Amino acid sequence: MYKAYETSFRNRNLSFKEKFWGISFSYVLMIFILASIGIVMLYSAANGSWKPWAGPQLMRFGLGFSVMMFMAFMDVKFFLRFAYLFYFGVLGLLILVELGGHVGMGAQRWINLGFMKLQPSELMKIALVLALARYFNSRTLQSIETIKGIIIPLLMVMIPVGLVLIQPDLGTALMLLFTAGAMFFVVGVQLWKFAIVVLGGLVSLPVVWHFLHNYQKNRVLTFLDPERDPLGAGYHIIQSKIALGSGGIFGKGFLNGTQSHLNFLPEKHTDFIFTMLSEEFGLIGAVFVILINFLIIAYSFVFALRSSSYFGKLVAIGLTTSYFLYVIINIAMVLGLLPVVGVPLPLISYGGTVIISVMTGFGIILAVNTNRNINIGKD
Amino acid sequence: MNRDNDKGKVLIARSLFLGGVQLFLLFLIVFRLYYLQVYQADKYKTLADENRISTRLLIPPRGIIYDRHQEVLAGNRQNFQALMVAEQTTNIDNTLLAFKKIMPLSEDEEKRIRKDLKRNRSFVPIKIKDNLSWEQVTQILLNASDLPGVFIDEGLSRYYPYGNIFAHIIGYVSAVADSDEKDDPLLEIPGFKIGKSGIEKLYEKTLRGQAGNLKLEVNAVGRIMKEIEREEGIAGNRVDLSLDLRLQKKAYELLGENSGAIVMMKVDTGEVLAFASAPAFDPNMFTSGLSEEEWNNLQSNEKKPLLNKAVSGLYSPGSTFKMIVGLAALEGGINNKKTRSFCAGKMALGNHTFHCWKDVGHGYIDVVQALQHSCDIFFYETAQKMGINKIASMAKKFGLGEKTNVGIENEKSGLIPDVDWKKKRFGEPWQQGESIISGIGQGYILTTPIQLATMVSRIANGGYVVNPTFKKIDSNNRPELKKIDVSQQNMDIIKKGMYAVVNEVGGTAYWHRFDFKGQKMAGKTGTTQVRRISMKERQTGVLKQEDLPWKYRNHALFVAYAPVDKPKYGIAVLVEHGGSGTVAVPMAGQMLLEALKLDETDRPVD
Repeated sequence: MYKAYETSFRNRNLSFKEKFWGISFSYVLMIFILASIGIVMLYSAANGSWKPWAGPQLMRFGLGFSVMMFMAFMDVKFFLRFAYLFYFGVLGLLILVELGGHVGMGAQRWINLGFMKLQPSELMKIALVLALARYFNSRTLQSIETIKGIIIPLLMVMIPVGLVLIQPDLGTALMLLFTAGAMFFVVGVQLWKFAIVVLGGLVSLPVVWHFLHNYQKNRVLTFLDPERDPLGAGYHIIQSKIALGSGGIFGKGFLNGTQSHLNFLPEKHTDFIFTMLSEEFGLIGAVFVILINFLIIAYSFVFALRSSSYFGKLVAIGLTTSYFLYVIINIAMVLGLLPVVGVPLPLISYGGTVIISVMTGFGIILAVNTNRNINIGKD
Repeated sequence: MNRDNDKGKVLIARSLFLGGVQLFLLFLIVFRLYYLQVYQADKYKTLADENRISTRLLIPPRGIIYDRHQEVLAGNRQNFQALMVAEQTTNIDNTLLAFKKIMPLSEDEEKRIRKDLKRNRSFVPIKIKDNLSWEQVTQILLNASDLPGVFIDEGLSRYYPYGNIFAHIIGYVSAVADSDEKDDPLLEIPGFKIGKSGIEKLYEKTLRGQAGNLKLEVNAVGRIMKEIEREEGIAGNRVDLSLDLRLQKKAYELLGENSGAIVMMKVDTGEVLAFASAPAFDPNMFTSGLSEEEWNNLQSNEKKPLLNKAVSGLYSPGSTFKMIVGLAALEGGINNKKTRSFCAGKMALGNHTFHCWKDVGHGYIDVVQALQHSCDIFFYETAQKMGINKIASMAKKFGLGEKTNVGIENEKSGLIPDVDWKKKRFGEPWQQGESIISGIGQGYILTTPIQLATMVSRIANGGYVVNPTFKKIDSNNRPELKKIDVSQQNMDIIKKGMYAVVNEVGGTAYWHRFDFKGQKMAGKTGTTQVRRISMKERQTGVLKQEDLPWKYRNHALFVAYAPVDKPKYGIAVLVEHGGSGTVAVPMAGQMLLEALKLDETDRPVD
């Protein structure tokens, strides 16, 4: 009887009330904290003004928040059902942007929606996670462990990665690749297959190098030795380290970052906003931001692991890894641990698409958590 | 179902591992942050300050140069310059056009402005014109609406209120040249000026002062955001000169259009009271920068205004050398007070004839009379008897033939020849005829006016080694002077001769004598030939000096001191191509008279 009840519970849809109370409010609070820090930093980046960044960013966060809540109220079944459709839709947009670029509209990564510019490559980060999750959800471990079993998901990864790479957007391509790699890993693809790919990658490195654009080559060379060109390509990374280091433990104070406000620090409102934060609020501010990010990621993992559905688990882990990659690549980049590849710090850097994309992801993770007891099938 | 369970277990296990990897990477980031922000914080703080703070030097006011009575001879005055900030002006061409309506800009200036505009960022002020008059400043301020981005900046620039008069002694300041020693960061400042000649150069270190510091906060492109700290420099020290403005003015007035030099000094301390070389130039021209035309004019002038004739001009002393010859003979026992020569207007040595300036001769003549009448034959004979070495050694004792080291650049040492010198210089033995013409200060002998002033001062003070100086000497800090080993008796004989030159009938300077409350002057005239008088000319009649072209006329010399009884002032006057020696006499007379008169006022010379 109990079992029957449970089965019936696990197969029905949740009510609105159940969904509302199922939302993790501490999770939402942490997102709010990060977004607020972002707006404060953008206010400082404009030398204490809402214009031109902090105001628009607040509006975008509002939009992103609506999208997140909308997603959080969705049934996970819905994501499963529309995963492939969404994937192919975004792939279509990617091709459209790519074609547009070649038809003479100039190189473009985005579609103008009027109030904001939509980057299909950003949406692909979610679409790819959903599509791969659906695919692996429907396969047995045995088929996943065969070579034949991973040819289709590999194609699902390589086609959008290839399209993003020729835009060219190395940062996003790498993030797609790593996100997918993480998903391949957790579903049980054998480690020796990763080893082969890594070896293959190393062997083909000279070929890849040959196809890199000059500015990309420069970025890598500059990363390896920033002093190579201290006034040119190395300037960004040197100035970023100076700003960070000079912030010390307690920072120079709000609106008092000399490196940022005297314009020694480039791109302080986008890619290098973490540097500015570390300069003004010191090690304490920087560690605080990392701590909040850690909590968001840790919560996400907990949500993933306690979900009863394989699809839900996989989606949450994929999206979390995607978010983690943003954070780790951006911070490692401004700390001079990675080449400058142009990855923003989500929720804090100025930029519309990233907020929408990341918050869509958070919404889906919240939905996975809310629906953790709902049983969904293999398709 | 089993396999499904396995699939779920793999997912959980591997997810936990993935989460662990992510946690580890975040730790790595924190560790790196700690390294940069704690371990290396000091290094990066320094680098950030180096980025942010631009230190500029503040130019200290240059020390003031005074004469002996606190008159400013070189000072600083407000220099107004018009600057333009390119980014604040809407149209540079229109602004420059509007500016040119107020004052003309030469082609060179406009070229420089355009070059500066191109070279600098648009917020850097560019100099349009400096040394603006107050009237020009008002014009610019009144037309401010037509001159967007133009503003007036004031600084200090060196100013010489008396212009030409002190040119050769004070010198001038000018931009630092590549060849100058860069021992002070101030010298690296564009537009900084240092002493290039005269006192300005001699006392450069004293006058310069110490740079101040201005710390500015600048942004990445160098725009000044705010002043962080200002530490004013230390002004240069004052320099008090021995010169007397009134006598200096008088000296230039007396030289007038002539080319020549006057050096007047105190016989007891060596303090130079007047030091003139004419013609001169306006040192203010060097402060504001000389145009090429002005420079060429100075360079090509046949009277050589840039040459400091008082220390760098070499002249035969002529008859002013006769005191040395006379004294050397008395001291050497060759002559005594009563030794006479017979002057028949000429004397022969071998097949060469030496002439006295007076064709008919002076008859029997002793040393005092020979000085009074400037008889050449007496000194020819004396020199011939004595030989050159005795003359040379006496000349050197009185400061001839060596630098006075008064501190003015390009001083010449002159030349007092002797037997060894000739052997060394030409590899030939000394000729008797050369001794003879040396007896009247001709031949190889060369002196500078400042040496002659030193010589006459040493005679006047009774044979003490006084050296010229430009530094004012405190009256209770007088230098201890060494005595030259000549007898008082012989000095008195020579001085008696010099007294007779001016004050006794027949003396060559008799017409210019003065008696100011019993104070008289003593002196000696000199005329030095610039060209040889040929035999043919002697027969047909020598051309009058006035009929010769200027540059072939004789130099006129006069050395003197006053008052006779208790000498205070010694003077040497040189007038290039002045014709006869008597041109120089009244100049010296008036200078000495002026000094004596000033001593009677409430502001005496000393």
